[in-house]
Amino acid sequence: MRVHFWGTRGSIPAALTARDVREKVVAALLAASGRTIDTPQRAHAFADELPFASTRTFGGNSSCVELRSEGAPRVLCDMGSGARAAGLSALRELAGKPGEFHVFMSHLHWDHIMGFPFFAPAYVPGHTIRIYGCHQELEHAFRLQQSPPCFPVDFSVMAARIEFQRLEAGRPYELAGYRVTPKLQSHGGDSYGYRFERGDKSLIYSTDSEHKLDDMHETQSFIDFFRDADIVIFDAMYSLADAISVKEDWGHSNNVTGVELCQMARAKHLVLYHHEPAYDDATIERLWRETQRLEQITREAHAVEVTAAYDGLEITL
Amino acid sequence: MVLSERLADRALILAPAGRIDMTTSDQFRERLLPLVDDCIKKGWAVILDFSAVEYISSAGLRVLMLAAKQARTSGQTVAVAALQPVVLEIFQISRFDKMLPCYPGVSEALESLAPPA
Repeated sequence: MRVHFWGTRGSIPAALTARDVREKVVAALLAASGRTIDTPQRAHAFADELPFASTRTFGGNSSCVELRSEGAPRVLCDMGSGARAAGLSALRELAGKPGEFHVFMSHLHWDHIMGFPFFAPAYVPGHTIRIYGCHQELEHAFRLQQSPPCFPVDFSVMAARIEFQRLEAGRPYELAGYRVTPKLQSHGGDSYGYRFERGDKSLIYSTDSEHKLDDMHETQSFIDFFRDADIVIFDAMYSLADAISVKEDWGHSNNVTGVELCQMARAKHLVLYHHEPAYDDATIERLWRETQRLEQITREAHAVEVTAAYDGLEITL
Repeated sequence: MVLSERLADRALILAPAGRIDMTTSDQFRERLLPLVDDCIKKGWAVILDFSAVEYISSAGLRVLMLAAKQARTSGQTVAVAALQPVVLEIFQISRFDKMLPCYPGVSEALESLAPPA
């Protein structure tokens, strides 16, 4: 199973500014002073020595993650702005052949559906797109965002075969070559996490999910949902202090709770996801390092790898 | 869970011990919040001596947040002191060091929150 992150930002896309890029260049030049960097190879080797935030970006597209497995059709989780690049990449790879896309929706807030009008395969006859979700308004939300005056191209113009299928939380389904189990999560208007299992591999997609720390029953249900997962893609938008004080009931979680749940569930890899749009790259990198440190100092027998997702990250299970 | 109490001049010093996690946080809350309430009525500060706390989880931190919020509405303070290095790091990573006053030791907390008249 291969996981490709096309969009990792929470709530709204957030682009790098000219100033952000310039500051990275200046920091890199200062770090390079006194060094001889006269070939692309040396430049890349030097860039590898620098912190992630100095030479790269976590990216600004909103939620979209692709799962690929040998012999299975493409699976996408959410249709945030990252779906635009996912669609173009798929078309390039398909090179004119018909494609099959299975899309699992956490919920229907705008940042999770806004990429669909720019998902190029939807406009090409011959492709099939099946959109799954647990919300009653699933199809309505997709059609609504392409209605006047919101968007100039009506949903009906999309020439691919587009189907919607409602799922029921807590029930396992055999879909797109995976065993898929949706789980109800705490978020304004509800959201749903998904557990994907194929062979001996499992992946959890759990975004836009607030965890109420005083509800042991709820905590236990997430431990069971995350149990032994190879990867947990986790909404780590806020700090714990913010998540349970000023941003309580805003429907998001934090890095500390992510570590704790993965430790208790014995999950192997925690991927911090749905980054706060107000955070710059340096802040996200600091949170990532701190989360790795937290995992290390609170670890008992079971180790959890911690990664901060970025647009373009690919992980093979 | 163990939560010993000690009175100082215009402050109550509470010393929890061991791990404050999902399994002990309810007990911690049940013990702590009434004591904070009592201190509010008396106009005392609450100082949590964390020197014997080995670990605190998000559930335990939430209890501290509830206590701090309760005290703050009456203009009182809940502070923590003498955190072990690991617990101090947990406070820093969770940003609880920005939410609650943290002191290197109980004497520093007393000096700041309940100075001798």
